Amino acid sequence: MDVEDVLRMDRWPHILCPGCGNGTILNVLARELAERFENGDLDPDKTVLVSGIGCSSRLPGYFRLDSLHTTHGRPLAFATGLKTANPDLEVIVITGDGDAAAIGGNHLIHAARRNLDVTVICANNYIYGMTGGQVSPTTPEGDVSTTTPYGNPEPPFDLCELVMGAGAPHVERWTTAHPVQLKAAIGRALDREGFSFIDVLSQCPTNYGRRNGFRDAREMVEWLRENTSTRDEEGKIRIGILRDEEREPFHARIRKVLEKAGGDGD
Amino acid sequence: MRDENGKVEFLQGNEACAEGAIAAGCRFFAGYPITPSTEIAERMSARLPEVGGVYVQMEDEIASLAAVIGASWAGVKAMTATSGPGFSLMQEHMGYAVMTETPCVVVNIQRGGPSTGQPTKASQGDVMQARWGSHGDYEVVALSPYDVQEMFDLTVECFNWAETLRVPAVLLADEVVGHMRERVVLREDVETVDRELPPEGEEVERPFPLEPDDLVPPMPVFGRGHRVHVTGLTHDERGYPCTDDPEVHRKLVRRLCNKVRKRAGEIHESVGYDFIERDSDIALVAYGGCARTVLEAAEEAGVTMFRPKVIHPFDEGLVRRLLDGYEVLVVEMNLGQYYEMVKMALDPDCVHLLGYPGGYPPTPERVVEEVERLGG
Repeated sequence: MDVEDVLRMDRWPHILCPGCGNGTILNVLARELAERFENGDLDPDKTVLVSGIGCSSRLPGYFRLDSLHTTHGRPLAFATGLKTANPDLEVIVITGDGDAAAIGGNHLIHAARRNLDVTVICANNYIYGMTGGQVSPTTPEGDVSTTTPYGNPEPPFDLCELVMGAGAPHVERWTTAHPVQLKAAIGRALDREGFSFIDVLSQCPTNYGRRNGFRDAREMVEWLRENTSTRDEEGKIRIGILRDEEREPFHARIRKVLEKAGGDGD
Repeated sequence: MRDENGKVEFLQGNEACAEGAIAAGCRFFAGYPITPSTEIAERMSARLPEVGGVYVQMEDEIASLAAVIGASWAGVKAMTATSGPGFSLMQEHMGYAVMTETPCVVVNIQRGGPSTGQPTKASQGDVMQARWGSHGDYEVVALSPYDVQEMFDLTVECFNWAETLRVPAVLLADEVVGHMRERVVLREDVETVDRELPPEGEEVERPFPLEPDDLVPPMPVFGRGHRVHVTGLTHDERGYPCTDDPEVHRKLVRRLCNKVRKRAGEIHESVGYDFIERDSDIALVAYGGCARTVLEAAEEAGVTMFRPKVIHPFDEGLVRRLLDGYEVLVVEMNLGQYYEMVKMALDPDCVHLLGYPGGYPPTPERVVEEVERLGG
């Protein structure tokens, strides 16, 4: 199966800016899905994409799969209904830093706590790109955005620490400078039962880079490669597999409730 | 105990609502505790697992309706229940359910507002919010039960109309009917309606046709090969975002409204209403818990009484046919919300209001006093 077979090629060209990190995420996810559909690891008819609002949330609409483009910050709440109503669905949630950590922060921690069996891919580009470059909950302190013209006075969230604190069993962080590793991470997330969270540090050259000293997307990807490490290194952002444990997923716990109540049909 | 139609029980209105939902085929409930609706969630958490259904208590009301919509796209009939403050939070997803044409049922056991208001007291203050609480132009179905039996029966009707029209349907009840206990027949003969589906395993190329015959397209189900993209953005026939073509937006929004408006008469006929005609110049109009004392007042004063069960869509033709020529007194537990719609249907000078917020319906004596003031 070709990558084109899993995409809605009638929707090209897409709306993303040149150099946008979401292109890498789209590319990597499409390749991983095409491979899995090809070798029968995954059924395309049972694979569902859910997203909120923002640039990254537009990605599901480019896949020739069932996809739900929902409201700002709420894709995990919609996914909770989809997955518990039909546990046979493989649910992938695509979100961003504003969507997941600001307006959707409550849904994020509760989905992690419940151990909802979904794969969350968070395109974390430190900025509200769709609305033109406002500060987000992951914008580094001191950085410039259209709403922090004097520098961001707030400290940022570490999204991986946040979801691990809420109980997420499988958490990884990669960047758009690591497409091969990111593809493997998505594969692991699809294999795991339970809440998998992949924080993808990504570039927004249009609305973040140009206001913070980056000349183009290439420079931003270089920065991501040079300033991250799979080991704990002073001054570098830790990437890699941050947690990989097993915990009983939410739908299996609901199944036990049905067994207790006698409604499991057996 | 049983009668010919089913099991007879002595239940609270909220419990009867939960039983009606299960009889209608509801197999998913997501909610958040709030007075005076909580008993619905409690009953559903006990009953749904017995029939193979799923109950989830969400982190808030916004998430509750989101999960319900998600379950509905998984092909399962789904419901949530709340009261005013929670209904306010749900408005975001009322709009999303309208735009994505997702059948679902939202129960609002109204309490006094604005804001947290009177948590344990009855109100009918959300009549207009049920219609247009979310942004944009749209229409929904809202039904108002006046006793415990109707808490069961109209919950079934809400599911049936939600499935028929692919809209969110609101059971617009109030604390009076939610918390009272009465005899109720848990009918086993309920007629249920299921949404029309596209053929299984086939990709649906035009899931949102701009002008389908009966204005309601068949609804794809996630996981069955329909491969559909669903968005809250203005979308074209393929379901793809299309936000800058005025004609596409106009056609979509007109269809979303017309599929409900054009069937207003049919909905009123099928759900029913009470019209007790008496030889009088005055007619009383009341619905929901408030209608209980007003029905008594109408009998006492010997005047005509109209009790609608369908609040939205409003059927102007019906109201005109029944009430034209009367001096009409609308009695409701708010400052005049249904009243405004009645005024638009009739000669406004002949429509009067006894607006009665505060937590309790007016006594029959209070209503009769008002009838006498009008010369009845």
